[in-house]
This record gives sequence, C-alpha cells and structure tokens, in this order.
Amino acid sequence: MDNKNKINSSISLTNSQLYVLVALRVLIGWHILYEGIAKLVSPYWSSAGFLLDSKWIFSGLAKTIVSNPILLTISDYGNMWALTIIGLLLMIGLFNRYASIAGMILILSYYLFSPPFVGLEYSKPGEGSYITVNKNLIEACALLVLYYLPTSHLIGLDRLIYKTKVV
Amino acid sequence: MSNNLNKKYATDNVRRELLKGLATIPILGMFILNVLQKWRRDKLKKSNIMADFIQEKEAPSVISNLSNSQHLKLGIIGYGGRGAHLVRGAGFATKGWTDATHQNFKKNKLDKAFNTFMSQEDLNCSLVGVCDLFNVNADLAINASLNETRPGGRPKQTATRYRDYRELLANKEIDGVIIATPDHWHSRITIDAAKAGKHVYVEKGLTRTFQETLDVYDAVKKTGIAFQLGHQNRQVEANDKAKQIIDQGLLGPINLVELTTNRNSTWGAWVWSIHPDANRKTIDWDTFQKPSPNKIPFGEEALKRYFRWRCWYDYGTGLSGDLFSHDYDQLNQIMNIGIPKYASASGGNYFYRDGRDVPDVWHATLEYPDTFAGTSSSNRNRYPAETGGGPGMTVLYSATLSSNSSRGNRIMGHDATMMLGGMSNYGNVGGFSVTADRESTLYRDRLNNGVINSKYPIYNYSPGSKQIDGVTSATSQYFANKGLLYTYRDGKRVDTTHLHVKDWLDSIRNGSQPKCNIEVAFQEGVTCAMATESYLKGKKIEWDPINRRLV
Repeated sequence: MDNKNKINSSISLTNSQLYVLVALRVLIGWHILYEGIAKLVSPYWSSAGFLLDSKWIFSGLAKTIVSNPILLTISDYGNMWALTIIGLLLMIGLFNRYASIAGMILILSYYLFSPPFVGLEYSKPGEGSYITVNKNLIEACALLVLYYLPTSHLIGLDRLIYKTKVV
Repeated sequence: MSNNLNKKYATDNVRRELLKGLATIPILGMFILNVLQKWRRDKLKKSNIMADFIQEKEAPSVISNLSNSQHLKLGIIGYGGRGAHLVRGAGFATKGWTDATHQNFKKNKLDKAFNTFMSQEDLNCSLVGVCDLFNVNADLAINASLNETRPGGRPKQTATRYRDYRELLANKEIDGVIIATPDHWHSRITIDAAKAGKHVYVEKGLTRTFQETLDVYDAVKKTGIAFQLGHQNRQVEANDKAKQIIDQGLLGPINLVELTTNRNSTWGAWVWSIHPDANRKTIDWDTFQKPSPNKIPFGEEALKRYFRWRCWYDYGTGLSGDLFSHDYDQLNQIMNIGIPKYASASGGNYFYRDGRDVPDVWHATLEYPDTFAGTSSSNRNRYPAETGGGPGMTVLYSATLSSNSSRGNRIMGHDATMMLGGMSNYGNVGGFSVTADRESTLYRDRLNNGVINSKYPIYNYSPGSKQIDGVTSATSQYFANKGLLYTYRDGKRVDTTHLHVKDWLDSIRNGSQPKCNIEVAFQEGVTCAMATESYLKGKKIEWDPINRRLV
C-alpha cells in the first residue's frame, strides 16, 4: 500500500495527497485546454492586442512580434496550439512532466509580458485586483508543483504507457 | 487452484491498471459536453439576432484589382496640408515626407505611415500641373511629383507650376484636377474646370454659399465630368454595413439622429501655424482674396487669414462646411436622408479670442417631417397602429471646439440604437455597434427570454479588424475600437483618402460617376448652406425643392 503511490525513490503519497494533486492537474488542464480551443475556433482572435499592451522588459520584443506579420502569425498559432495540446495532455495524464514544464514556461511568459507591478499602467482594465502577484503567476507555480510531483504514472494514460511496476 | 487464483489476480490487476490509467478520461468527456453546449448556445444567439449579416466571416477586402488601363495626368490646385494628403493618395509624396516617415518607422516599428503609403496601389497617373499661391507649397508639390520613393517607382513626368489656375486648366494634356483650396475658391475653379473638360475631385465643404452650390451642380451636370467630393468616408466599409442593417429595418422606426463633434486643441480649432517664409513676395494675397466678400490689405492680419482661413466666413463656413459636412455625408450615405425641409442653427464664439468670426460651439437641427426612416411599407405593420407608423425625423448636430468629451454619433431607433465612431473626431472612422432597446417591439420576445440583453451590443462591426461577431467580447471590442487590431492583423492598413482618389480615377477611366458624386454633393452643399444661413440670419430656413431656393 505504501509503495503504491510512489512519486520517486524517496517520495510516496497518501491516497488523499494523490487525489488532490490529480485534481489540481485536471483543473489546470481544463482551464488551459479551453483557453486554447476558444482561440482556435474564433476567426478573430489574435495575440496582437495582448502584445501591444505589453509592459516591462519584454515590451520591445512584443512590438517586434506585432510589427512583423510572420512573427505574429507564428505567435498566434503557437499560442492556440500550445494551450490546446498542453491542456489536453494534463487532463488525460500523458507526458505529464513535459506538459507541466511547457505549461509553466508558457504561462510564466504571459506574466512576464504584462506583470502587475506598481507603476505599470495597462489600457485594458483587469478582471481582478492584483499587485505584483496575479493568477498567471500562481498557475505557473502550480504547474511547477505538478512537475516535481507528477501523478500521471499513477492516475493517467502514462500509467498504461510506461507500465509502472506495481507490487 | 493456485493457478486459478493467479489468473483471477492477473485479470483484476489489468482491470485496475486500466481504471487508473483512464480515470480522468470521463472528465475530458464532461469538458467536451460543456464546450459543445456553449457552442450551441453561442450559435443560437447569433442566428437569432442578425444571421444575415454574420455570413461574412471575414471583413471585406478593400483593395480591388489594379487599374492600370489608361495613364492619367493630374493637376493639383491648392497644395496645403489636405492637398498634400490627397496627392499622396494619388501616389506622390515629397522627399521630406518619405524621409521623415521612414525615419519614424525605423525608430518605432509600429509607425506604419511609410509602409501604408508604399504599399498603396499604383494608380497609373502622373502629377503634371501645380497651382498654389504660396511659393513654398508650390515647390513642395513639384518635389512630390519628382520623388522616386513611391508605389510604382520613378514618376513618368515632372509637374509644371502655374501661377494662375486658368493656365493649368488650359493645359490640354491634363485629364483631371484635384481642388484643395480654401472653400471660397471651390465653385469658381470647379466650374472653370468642368467647362475646360477636366474631371474634378474637390474637397469638402462643397461651396461657401448656397448660390455657389447651385452653380457647381449645374456646371457639373451640363458637362458630364467625373466629379468626386472629398468625403472619403464613402469608402468606409462600416458605412455600407450600417446601411444594410438599417435598410432591413433592424433598428425599427428612427425619429432622432444625433451627430457630434468634440475637439479641444488649437490645431483642431484651425489655429494652424503661419509659415516662417510667408510674406508679401511668397504669397499672392490679392488673388487669394478675390472671391471673398470683404477685402483687407496684406499684413499680419492677412497672413493669419491666409493660413487659418477656416476661422472666417470670408473664406469658409467654419464648423458647418468642415466637420458637420462629414457627419452629414456619413449619415446620408447610410440612410439616404437627402436635403431636410427645415434647418435651424445656433451657437457662438465662446472659447477662442483670436479674432475669428465663425462659432466654436455650434449646433444645427435638421427636420425631415415627411421621411419614413428605418421602416419600409413592408415592415411597418410590425408595430401597433398607434405607434411606429408616422413619418418624420430630426437630425441633431452638436459641436464644440473646447472639450474632448467624445459623444460619437447615434442613430436612435425604437428597436435598437446604432452607435458610430463618427468622422469628425480627428478622422477616427471606427466601426459601429447596435444595441437593442429594452422597450423594443421587434426584439421583445428575445429580450424576455434572455437571448439578448439591452445592456450589451447585439452586433459589432469594426472595419478591417475582422470583429464581425454577434457576441460581444469586452476585450476584443476594446482593441478594435482603438484601431489596434485592424491595423496589424494582416499587415496592411489602407488609407481611405487613397481609396477615394482611386474611386475617382476609376470613374474617369470607365466613364461612370464616383461614390461621392454631384447628386450627393449637392445634398451636402444645400444642407450645409441651410444651416450656415440659419445661423447667420438667426432664423429657420426652409428648402423649396421645386424652385431650388431657400425660404
């Protein structure tokens, strides 16, 4: 029983701990998957609006992307598909560690392109109240937790693929 | 026995493995069900609202095929700020302009003025004649005709300067002239050009007085030239879309339209800079003031009047011809309202103390007592007998030059209101939105069952941004309205002035009349003249269409 929920050679989880981590993984997967799908099916979506309002150290890079139609197209499709694929993988529990780290980088980049720092004014009104920390940063951090505490080899398609040894 | 147990254990094990491996798949199923439900609901919302107008997924392209059949030779009369823009629309910019905008682009990649100009269609024309009363501007126009930095490369011919516009008109090889002089010269030059067989593109306001409007109309009709009035809003796709919506009766009966102008800068109030090289030798002041009712000697006051001519009734009509004319023409394009029966205007010179005699706060009321606006004989029976049956509409125009509190333009129907960006606020052409009225007859059922909400637009249109969507998204709407998305989405921004010049040149080539032709120009001219006269005379003006006179 103790060996069952082994994360690695040194960490084992209780059932409750495992279920909570799986729930976190599936919820984040759900969120990211729909973000991707909603963009894929909208013929109007573009990353240009977000990038144009970018502040802080990446605002120059953001302007370069927007002013170059090829880079902007790459950015648009890259975001749509990355969100969709990462979200799906997290939800079904496939290639969990890669999906977690890729998702973490993607969402951290959203944070870094427009961080809620004191003194940075955005033309788009925010949907909440943030100072320095916002939901993007928290979601990126949660994905890092999932990277270090992967669960898909216990509950998820990874279990079938890698045939995790039980007993 | 133990063999059987082992087997059973193995089967259980496989089953358990599968369960754990696929444990989260049902959640994916739930997710898919959710998404499908949402799509179905969005689709229902759209189809219920304005299905006919959402068929077009992408914003219509604004560029048509190359028009390089016949090479045309053009003249420019009046190469000031607006004249320079029009000549750029035809494909000629000064070296100073292309260098400066190219530098701006290098400094800021989002500054696309240079790219927009360079990616304009080559209209297959040359600038061969220039007439300007100010030497500096005339030289700049010559410079523009020579500049090789342009769409289509090296110009075929260099422009010649003429001191007198009549000499320019006498040049047999010139096909058409662009007239961008102050308003007091419009009618004389247009009529002389028409008589000389030249096609005419003339800036708005059409004329300075009512009589001049009649004279221009008659001359253009008699000679049959291709005539374009400079309301480039005629090229804005959003206006065609708005027209379709109103023609379908989707706003319901319309009894009030509000058009507004808000500006709050000296530039916006025509306090333009006086060129440092302007003096008695470089400016032909006597010719400039020839058609104006009051003459003054050359001096400091004359220089002010030369460069800030819109501030005096001697040369223009202030807010009426400059800004009201744009909003009126946009509305006329959308609703075919024509000339009103009555016009009255009021206002005053309340903010600027610079010697001007035109008002800086000014309002005009146009009455259309016989017009059925927003309804047709076929859809009028939607409404109960006691409402929505009568003709009549008021168009209210309100302008101030001392507040930027932008009000936009609103077409107020019984069933829905259309909100437009308006043309007069520094040329922001924007798009429009349609919001249902909570007491609407047409949308009553949909309002009651919650399919539509009177707090949010049921339809949005933003030209070029592909924001054709029946369901409003706050963010996309926000960016589209700021003109951010459509500018960069497909890497191409198009100047409406260029399209308007192209429309005129195409008409010259195929013998048709352009979009802002003499018929609609006449309606603009008479309407503005009615409002101007009402203000100056302090009385209500009536239009007598039979005898073509103002009462």
